[in-house]
Amino acid sequence: MAAMDSRVDVTVENREAAPADDGKRHPNTCPRCHSHYRDDELELTLRVCPQCDHHFPVRARERVAQLADRGTFVEQDTALRSADPLSFFDLRAYTDRLAEAEVATALGDAIIAGAGAIERRPCELAVMDFAFMGGSMGSTVGEKFARACERAAARQVPLVCVTASGGARMQEGILSLMQLPKTVCAVDELRDARSAFISVMTHPTTAGVLASFASLGDVTISEPGALLAFTGPRVVQQTTRERLPDDFGLAESNARFGHVDAIVPRPELRPFVGRLLAMFVQAR
Amino acid sequence: MTSVTETPSSEVEQLKLKERLAKLRDLPLLRGVGVSGEMSRLKRQLDRLASEPSEDEVWQAVELARHQDRPYTLDYVERICEDFVELHGDRALADDPAIVAGLARFDGRTVVLVGHQKGRDIRERTHRNFGMTYPEGYRKAMRAMELADRHRFPVVTLIDTPGAYPGVTAEQHGQGGWIARCQLAMARLGVASVTCVIGEGGSGGAVAIAVADRVLMQENAIYSVISPEGCAAILWRDAGEAKKAAAAFKPDARHCLELGVIDAIVPEPPGGAHKNHDEAAVLLADSLRASLAELDPLDPGKRRNLRRSKFRAMGIYLE
Repeated sequence: MAAMDSRVDVTVENREAAPADDGKRHPNTCPRCHSHYRDDELELTLRVCPQCDHHFPVRARERVAQLADRGTFVEQDTALRSADPLSFFDLRAYTDRLAEAEVATALGDAIIAGAGAIERRPCELAVMDFAFMGGSMGSTVGEKFARACERAAARQVPLVCVTASGGARMQEGILSLMQLPKTVCAVDELRDARSAFISVMTHPTTAGVLASFASLGDVTISEPGALLAFTGPRVVQQTTRERLPDDFGLAESNARFGHVDAIVPRPELRPFVGRLLAMFVQAR
Repeated sequence: MTSVTETPSSEVEQLKLKERLAKLRDLPLLRGVGVSGEMSRLKRQLDRLASEPSEDEVWQAVELARHQDRPYTLDYVERICEDFVELHGDRALADDPAIVAGLARFDGRTVVLVGHQKGRDIRERTHRNFGMTYPEGYRKAMRAMELADRHRFPVVTLIDTPGAYPGVTAEQHGQGGWIARCQLAMARLGVASVTCVIGEGGSGGAVAIAVADRVLMQENAIYSVISPEGCAAILWRDAGEAKKAAAAFKPDARHCLELGVIDAIVPEPPGGAHKNHDEAAVLLADSLRASLAELDPLDPGKRRNLRRSKFRAMGIYLE
């Protein structure tokens, strides 16, 4: 099994080849063109496939390294952890899932936030990580985002937020739903303080996160091919039996219908955000 | 536990009840409800509050919240409003029948009322899309709220939806974005706002119009992040485990009150709101009136700040 997973795929040229089974695909094998890379190769290309421009997922710390000027990021609220207010137990205890996610990702929860600078412009930076329980938003993610808003407002700097999330965290029940109005209220305070909010939506930004702060950027940008949908394609298909368009919920479809300002390929993201930050500094 | 000097269990119960009563007295709205309703009603409510609901009780709330005879938004409008002029359309694309909005005369004043609307028979149910809103519905709600703000009318919203509609066009029209903007519009209102969950408070589709100064919930309503079936399908990989899922994520009013998500529970007639629409409407009107009376004296800026800090404080985490 392991040998199969790490095998270099040589079917790049065969476009008619059956798609690889997503569940068994090695994380460094491109799902679109099946090219396979070493980890250091992908790191150099910002985790964009050199063959077909597929954007691989980026972990939160690596994203910070890609975006922020070297050595400027100072993480805040590192001690914040999720509680288990409902004593939630499905097939396993929520506390077990949390502990496992923390060990697997070396993160306290699905978001990191702190002060930083992008292209020499100071800002507050909040970055989500899909690897931590699907980037789901519980009380801790909501709180860390809200505090990032408050720090940005207090320091009079823009907030740059990179989202990657499956939505609200079911294990915290109604409290996770309440993180929607909570983060929305935090953005409202940010607006009152006239600090800019740049929302960068990456694959996937769905459900509760899309239906709250991610959609409220002064400028909303997305990476190519990202799924940005309130309800994902599988659930839409199952509940409505509708035939889905090929680009259902993708960034390109969202751009066509007017929901994002720009689709920015990853290598251009840092200069693009830098230009935006310069615009907002001048407006002050 | 087998101590000889143990207190009789009824006394323990009473102690618990008293403790709970003291805790609840701190909640601003319940006091209002108590003033307008009789003590026995309050007592009955507290009696139920005193015990931790069992799996069956939670599931009962789920079933009552979805009961086919449960009063819907327009049933309440008919009973509690002296007059109601429905406003249609989002001024951009369409009129979403899953949400109703309008100018209403309530308690001798004009308010703007917005609520999800389900249908009673098959035809109306389909027409109302089972109370599942499109982005157009949230835009209609926002338009009505903006109108309220301009003319200083309080906003009353009634929540009763399984969730926002999960369809292709809804996505193409920006479902997520409009749910976010509708919440923001409510957060920014200068006028007073009261919300009551009258049936199913399903996820983002519900919270879109529930960012109010006071959030009430009927005794047998549910308010949840996902439907029990959806949760069971994802976490248990079996939609048949809905009952277990509901017990795990606790969508009932008692738990919502304890978690600080709602401000008060609105009592229902014995057996549930579907048993007596008129009485349910009287009880709802009492609570709405009491809430508005508390909010009226505050100035717009103060109200907005209080509302914002209330939602800002929601959540439980470790530090």
